[in-house]
Amino acid sequence: MAEYKLLTKDIGVEGLQTLPVYERRGGYQALRTALRDRTPDEIIEQVKISGLRGRGGAGFPTGTKWSFLPRDVFPRYLCINADESEPGCFKDRYLIDENPHQLIEGIVIAAYALQVQHAFLYIRGEYHDQRLLLERCVEEARAAGYIGERILGSDFGCDVIVHGGAGAYICGEETALIDSLEGFRGQPRLKPPFPAVKGLYGKPTVVNNVETLSNLPHIVSRGGEWFKAIGTERSTGTRVWCCSGHIERPGCYEMELGRPIRELFEEHCGGMWKGRSLKAFQPGGGSMQVLLPEHLDLPLDMDAVMKAGSSLGAGAMMFMDETTCLVNVSMRLVDFYHHESCGKCAPCREGTYFESQLMHRLEAGVATLDELDTLKDICANMDGKCFCPLGDTATWFVMSAYRHFRAEFEAHCGAGACPVTGAHRPLLAGTA
Amino acid sequence: MLAAQTRAEIEHARGRYPHPRSAILPSLWAVQHELGWLPPEAMAEVAELLGLAPSEVQAVATFYSMYFKRPPGRHHILVCVNAACALRGADETAAHIEQRLGCPSGTTTADGMFTWESTIECLGGCGGAPMMQVDHHFEEHLTPQRIDTILARVAAQPAAHRDGPPSRVPNPPAANTPPPPTAEGPPSAGAAG
Repeated sequence: MAEYKLLTKDIGVEGLQTLPVYERRGGYQALRTALRDRTPDEIIEQVKISGLRGRGGAGFPTGTKWSFLPRDVFPRYLCINADESEPGCFKDRYLIDENPHQLIEGIVIAAYALQVQHAFLYIRGEYHDQRLLLERCVEEARAAGYIGERILGSDFGCDVIVHGGAGAYICGEETALIDSLEGFRGQPRLKPPFPAVKGLYGKPTVVNNVETLSNLPHIVSRGGEWFKAIGTERSTGTRVWCCSGHIERPGCYEMELGRPIRELFEEHCGGMWKGRSLKAFQPGGGSMQVLLPEHLDLPLDMDAVMKAGSSLGAGAMMFMDETTCLVNVSMRLVDFYHHESCGKCAPCREGTYFESQLMHRLEAGVATLDELDTLKDICANMDGKCFCPLGDTATWFVMSAYRHFRAEFEAHCGAGACPVTGAHRPLLAGTA
Repeated sequence: MLAAQTRAEIEHARGRYPHPRSAILPSLWAVQHELGWLPPEAMAEVAELLGLAPSEVQAVATFYSMYFKRPPGRHHILVCVNAACALRGADETAAHIEQRLGCPSGTTTADGMFTWESTIECLGGCGGAPMMQVDHHFEEHLTPQRIDTILARVAAQPAAHRDGPPSRVPNPPAANTPPPPTAEGPPSAGAAG
């Protein structure tokens, strides 16, 4: 089965990042259609019918999110979440690098549907070259009349402002993104009120992911019913999967939702490298629980993967071969959350610190069996008790790895080194 | 202490947002692009330009990992050692760079040429792992030979923060930009034509 190419169908066409080439491929026709033939409410209705769910990780239905905006409250804002920082995730960078105008067209369509005059595209600081590319494309679009006042001769006008972050994973959480955009330290806000009611500058705000918005030109061009026919009943459309780890062909592959994970793994990723066997994989990015080879036959369907105890999250698939130490991988992911904890709430700020200390002792082979109970206790005191999902998800991978590979965790205790790789890892200061 | 161009960039950024405070991050980027880091006096100048207290700007600057609080070398290298890169040899990549540069992660070479650090923050280059960023640019599918070639090439280039990309010059506010938002009524919602 070939890839189902929707968002990626034109990728590879020379010069696609320039406006003339994008227009020759039919670019900005959907925006033209939207402004000429559709009311904002009609577009929202089509997005609802399409069943499009957010591609940033949580999978919330986009049309429903849009309909939470209170009527007749202005100004209102659209924030584009290009703060892609989930470990293993690089699809948004791919979509920006390869087809930036598709995103910009989606942004202006969304702005029209939501009657937003200012859209802020928040892109992570590390995507510096991508920010420059987007700035150039926004100016191209502005010069052509796709952004600005009276777009394409209509009564609708909107501006798109590209805003660079500066290195903070938490700014991918929608309320932290808003805080950061307002010029504060990016820390999450208490919900409710949700951004749709009180967001940027206290005004109604929608935050949508890059891939989510890149779908809009296609939904407007061909209709919600057409889109809904792709994928499964509750996971419609395609997704761009970022595949990494011990596979022959790491990279981004777009596939219809509902296809078996095995198809993605074997046909597109080329299976395991070096003729090795699969030990485990993570289906949704660094936050998500680990799965086993028997889960390869699960469909790429959000609900089915949730039932199996994990999530498709941000669409990042990381595959690990039989030589992988799950304690080592867990340690790195825990280190990441410790590094990225914003410090606002104690369970996450302190919990990730202790988690990290303990994982380093475990990987160095100096932890005791009792400390595994301590690890479970720490995680139990974090999951569901943190201010935002960062602290909760800092426990998910490590606890799922512990469940599936308990013997491996126990074998580390008192071993003096990593029993899987034989590596002697120096202890962090303060963990001896 | 800031160059006229940097001050102009900050003023331009300030005008793009409904609230000047939103211009802190782009302003700090402009400063770092000029000076290579964020000296306290420069942050105070940003605060003055944006009508904020210096402590407000410092509080923001210290939250984000990409702003340098002390001068880095002429070039900056970030090596990802998160899980996906580690599976494909990121630790060996970091060890090779450490050996080549002769200084540990988080430090600068004796000649001031490179500051390098291994980072647990995933840089979004997992498909090209192991990878690093050199002066913000992605370098992927690293091997010891490729790393050596990149280091030699970059060492011959001007310092990152003095000769940035030409597109650094801010675009003048376009004539076709809608006015800043107000709390008054909705824009017209009718489909044109």
